[in-house]
Amino acid sequence: MATVVEIVVAALIVIGAFFLLVGSLGLAKLPDLMRRLHAPTKATTLGIGATLVASMIAFTAATGSLSVHELLIAVFLFLTAPVTAHMIAKAHMLRHPALQQQLPSPPGTGWATLAPAPVDPEAPRTGEMPPAP
Amino acid sequence: MIETACMIAIVAISAAALLNLYRLAAGPDVLDRVLALDTLVINAIALVVVAGIWFASPVYFEAGLLFAMVGFLSTVAFCKYLLRGNVIE
Repeated sequence: MATVVEIVVAALIVIGAFFLLVGSLGLAKLPDLMRRLHAPTKATTLGIGATLVASMIAFTAATGSLSVHELLIAVFLFLTAPVTAHMIAKAHMLRHPALQQQLPSPPGTGWATLAPAPVDPEAPRTGEMPPAP
Repeated sequence: MIETACMIAIVAISAAALLNLYRLAAGPDVLDRVLALDTLVINAIALVVVAGIWFASPVYFEAGLLFAMVGFLSTVAFCKYLLRGNVIE
Protein backbone atom coordinates (compact mmCIF):
# COMPACT_ATOMS: atom_id res chain seq x y z
CA MET A 1 0.00 0.00 0.00
CA ALA A 2 2.73 2.43 0.95
CA THR A 3 4.65 1.63 -2.21
CA VAL A 4 1.62 2.38 -4.39
CA VAL A 5 1.29 5.77 -2.70
CA GLU A 6 5.01 6.40 -3.15
CA ILE A 7 4.86 5.53 -6.86
CA VAL A 8 1.86 7.80 -7.41
CA VAL A 9 3.45 10.70 -5.51
CA ALA A 10 6.79 10.32 -7.32
CA ALA A 11 5.10 10.13 -10.71
CA LEU A 12 3.00 13.23 -9.99
CA ILE A 13 6.07 15.17 -8.83
CA VAL A 14 8.02 14.28 -11.97
CA ILE A 15 5.04 15.05 -14.24
CA GLY A 16 4.56 18.42 -12.54
CA ALA A 17 8.22 19.32 -12.85
CA PHE A 18 8.20 18.30 -16.52
CA PHE A 19 5.26 20.56 -17.33
CA LEU A 20 6.79 23.45 -15.37
CA LEU A 21 9.95 23.03 -17.45
CA VAL A 22 7.91 22.90 -20.68
CA GLY A 23 6.07 26.09 -19.73
CA SER A 24 9.26 27.98 -18.98
CA LEU A 25 10.92 26.64 -22.12
CA GLY A 26 8.01 27.98 -24.15
CA LEU A 27 8.30 31.31 -22.37
CA ALA A 28 11.97 31.52 -23.30
CA LYS A 29 11.71 30.19 -26.85
CA LEU A 30 8.50 31.45 -28.50
CA PRO A 31 8.85 34.50 -30.75
CA ASP A 32 6.44 37.17 -29.49
CA LEU A 33 4.44 38.04 -26.40
CA MET A 34 1.03 36.81 -27.55
CA ARG A 35 2.54 33.39 -28.30
CA ARG A 36 4.70 33.43 -25.18
CA LEU A 37 1.57 33.95 -23.11
CA HIS A 38 0.31 30.45 -23.96
CA ALA A 39 3.12 28.50 -22.30
CA PRO A 40 2.98 29.84 -18.72
CA THR A 41 -0.79 30.02 -18.58
CA LYS A 42 -1.42 26.41 -19.62
CA ALA A 43 1.62 24.21 -19.11
CA THR A 44 2.80 25.88 -15.92
CA THR A 45 -0.66 25.79 -14.36
CA LEU A 46 -0.92 22.07 -15.12
CA GLY A 47 2.53 21.50 -13.63
CA ILE A 48 1.82 23.32 -10.39
CA GLY A 49 -1.53 21.50 -10.14
CA ALA A 50 0.16 18.09 -10.43
CA THR A 51 2.76 19.08 -7.82
CA LEU A 52 0.07 20.23 -5.39
CA VAL A 53 -1.94 17.00 -5.88
CA ALA A 54 1.28 15.07 -5.14
CA SER A 55 1.70 17.11 -1.96
CA MET A 56 -1.90 16.39 -0.92
CA ILE A 57 -1.47 12.64 -1.42
CA ALA A 58 1.90 12.60 0.36
CA PHE A 59 0.67 14.43 3.45
CA THR A 60 -2.59 12.45 3.56
CA ALA A 61 -0.59 9.21 3.53
CA ALA A 62 1.95 10.49 6.06
CA THR A 63 -0.45 11.85 8.66
CA GLY A 64 -3.43 9.55 8.14
CA SER A 65 -5.89 12.44 7.98
CA LEU A 66 -7.09 14.15 4.83
CA SER A 67 -4.85 17.08 3.88
CA VAL A 68 -6.79 19.64 1.86
CA HIS A 69 -4.94 22.88 2.51
CA GLU A 70 -2.90 22.51 -0.70
CA LEU A 71 -6.24 22.94 -2.46
CA LEU A 72 -6.15 26.57 -1.32
CA ILE A 73 -3.02 27.24 -3.39
CA ALA A 74 -4.35 25.17 -6.30
CA VAL A 75 -7.73 26.91 -6.45
CA PHE A 76 -6.09 30.31 -6.03
CA LEU A 77 -3.61 29.70 -8.84
CA PHE A 78 -6.23 28.19 -11.15
CA LEU A 79 -8.44 31.24 -10.61
CA THR A 80 -5.70 33.84 -10.98
CA ALA A 81 -3.74 32.46 -13.97
CA PRO A 82 -6.44 33.43 -16.54
CA VAL A 83 -6.85 36.83 -14.87
CA THR A 84 -3.15 37.65 -15.13
CA ALA A 85 -2.99 36.36 -18.72
CA HIS A 86 -5.97 38.53 -19.65
CA MET A 87 -4.45 41.60 -17.98
CA ILE A 88 -1.10 41.09 -19.75
CA ALA A 89 -2.77 40.55 -23.14
CA LYS A 90 -4.96 43.62 -22.68
CA ALA A 91 -2.05 45.83 -21.65
CA HIS A 92 -0.01 44.54 -24.61
CA MET A 93 -2.89 45.26 -26.99
CA LEU A 94 -3.39 48.77 -25.67
CA ARG A 95 0.30 49.62 -25.74
CA HIS A 96 0.78 48.64 -29.41
CA PRO A 97 -1.56 50.56 -31.77
CA ALA A 98 -0.25 48.60 -34.80
CA LEU A 99 -1.71 45.41 -33.33
CA GLN A 100 -5.12 47.03 -32.93
CA GLN A 101 -5.40 47.47 -36.71
CA GLN A 102 -5.22 43.67 -37.16
CA LEU A 103 -8.22 42.98 -34.92
CA PRO A 104 -11.44 41.77 -36.56
CA SER A 105 -14.21 44.27 -36.00
CA PRO A 106 -17.11 42.82 -34.01
CA PRO A 107 -20.69 43.79 -34.89
CA GLY A 108 -22.08 46.75 -32.99
CA THR A 109 -19.98 49.53 -31.55
CA GLY A 110 -16.57 47.84 -31.75
CA TRP A 111 -14.16 46.88 -28.99
CA ALA A 112 -15.24 48.35 -25.68
CA THR A 113 -11.70 48.18 -24.34
CA LEU A 114 -10.40 50.34 -27.18
CA ALA A 115 -13.07 53.03 -26.83
CA PRO A 116 -11.81 56.36 -25.47
CA ALA A 117 -12.48 56.75 -21.77
CA PRO A 118 -15.27 59.19 -20.87
CA VAL A 119 -13.72 62.43 -19.67
CA ASP A 120 -15.02 63.74 -16.37
CA PRO A 121 -13.88 67.38 -15.97
CA GLU A 122 -14.59 67.29 -12.23
CA ALA A 123 -12.34 64.30 -11.61
CA PRO A 124 -8.81 64.99 -10.31
CA ARG A 125 -5.96 64.18 -12.66
CA THR A 126 -4.46 60.85 -11.73
CA GLY A 127 -1.40 60.65 -13.95
CA GLU A 128 -0.26 60.02 -17.47
CA MET A 129 -0.16 56.75 -19.31
CA PRO A 130 3.46 55.62 -19.74
CA PRO A 131 4.53 55.87 -23.39
CA ALA A 132 4.63 52.76 -25.51
CA PRO A 133 8.10 51.89 -26.81
CA MET B 1 11.66 6.83 -4.43
CA ILE B 2 10.05 10.11 -3.39
CA GLU B 3 13.52 11.52 -2.60
CA THR B 4 14.73 10.68 -6.13
CA ALA B 5 11.62 12.24 -7.66
CA CYS B 6 12.11 15.36 -5.55
CA MET B 7 15.72 15.65 -6.66
CA ILE B 8 14.74 15.34 -10.35
CA ALA B 9 11.93 17.85 -9.82
CA ILE B 10 14.20 20.37 -8.10
CA VAL B 11 16.73 20.17 -10.94
CA ALA B 12 13.97 20.60 -13.56
CA ILE B 13 12.27 23.46 -11.74
CA SER B 14 15.60 25.21 -11.22
CA ALA B 15 16.28 24.95 -14.95
CA ALA B 16 12.81 26.41 -15.55
CA ALA B 17 13.60 29.30 -13.18
CA LEU B 18 16.84 29.94 -15.07
CA LEU B 19 14.88 30.10 -18.34
CA ASN B 20 12.52 32.58 -16.68
CA LEU B 21 15.49 34.65 -15.54
CA TYR B 22 16.76 34.68 -19.14
CA ARG B 23 13.40 36.02 -20.34
CA LEU B 24 13.39 38.51 -17.47
CA ALA B 25 16.77 39.85 -18.56
CA ALA B 26 16.25 39.65 -22.35
CA GLY B 27 12.54 40.39 -22.72
CA PRO B 28 12.21 43.12 -25.35
CA ASP B 29 9.06 44.64 -23.86
CA VAL B 30 8.23 45.41 -20.25
CA LEU B 31 5.24 43.04 -20.42
CA ASP B 32 7.59 40.16 -21.26
CA ARG B 33 9.34 40.90 -18.00
CA VAL B 34 6.06 41.01 -16.09
CA LEU B 35 5.11 37.63 -17.56
CA ALA B 36 8.54 36.23 -16.70
CA LEU B 37 8.18 37.43 -13.09
CA ASP B 38 4.74 35.81 -12.83
CA THR B 39 6.08 32.49 -14.10
CA LEU B 40 9.09 32.78 -11.81
CA VAL B 41 6.76 33.13 -8.81
CA ILE B 42 4.86 29.99 -9.87
CA ASN B 43 8.15 28.11 -10.18
CA ALA B 44 9.14 29.32 -6.71
CA ILE B 45 5.84 27.99 -5.31
CA ALA B 46 6.57 24.63 -6.96
CA LEU B 47 10.08 24.58 -5.42
CA VAL B 48 8.63 25.32 -1.98
CA VAL B 49 5.98 22.60 -2.33
CA VAL B 50 8.54 20.02 -3.50
CA ALA B 51 10.80 20.94 -0.57
CA GLY B 52 7.82 20.43 1.73
CA ILE B 53 7.24 16.94 0.33
CA TRP B 54 10.94 16.10 0.56
CA PHE B 55 11.37 17.18 4.20
CA ALA B 56 7.84 15.94 5.13
CA SER B 57 7.09 19.23 6.85
CA PRO B 58 3.76 21.07 6.53
CA VAL B 59 5.38 24.41 7.39
CA TYR B 60 6.28 25.12 3.76
CA PHE B 61 2.62 25.34 2.77
CA GLU B 62 2.17 28.82 4.25
CA ALA B 63 5.18 30.11 2.33
CA GLY B 64 3.67 28.78 -0.90
CA LEU B 65 0.32 30.43 -0.20
CA LEU B 66 2.00 33.78 0.56
CA PHE B 67 4.03 33.51 -2.66
CA ALA B 68 0.86 32.83 -4.67
CA MET B 69 -0.96 35.85 -3.25
CA VAL B 70 1.95 38.28 -3.54
CA GLY B 71 2.75 37.10 -7.06
CA PHE B 72 -0.81 37.58 -8.29
CA LEU B 73 -1.15 41.00 -6.66
CA SER B 74 2.16 42.26 -8.03
CA THR B 75 1.36 41.08 -11.56
CA VAL B 76 -2.06 42.75 -11.52
CA ALA B 77 -0.55 45.93 -10.08
CA PHE B 78 2.13 46.02 -12.81
CA CYS B 79 -0.47 45.52 -15.55
CA LYS B 80 -2.79 48.10 -14.02
CA TYR B 81 0.06 50.59 -13.90
CA LEU B 82 0.98 49.95 -17.54
CA LEU B 83 -2.66 50.20 -18.60
CA ARG B 84 -3.71 53.27 -16.68
CA GLY B 85 -0.57 55.00 -15.46
CA ASN B 86 -1.72 54.47 -11.89
CA VAL B 87 -2.34 51.56 -9.57
CA ILE B 88 -5.09 52.87 -7.30
CA GLU B 89 -7.28 55.56 -8.83
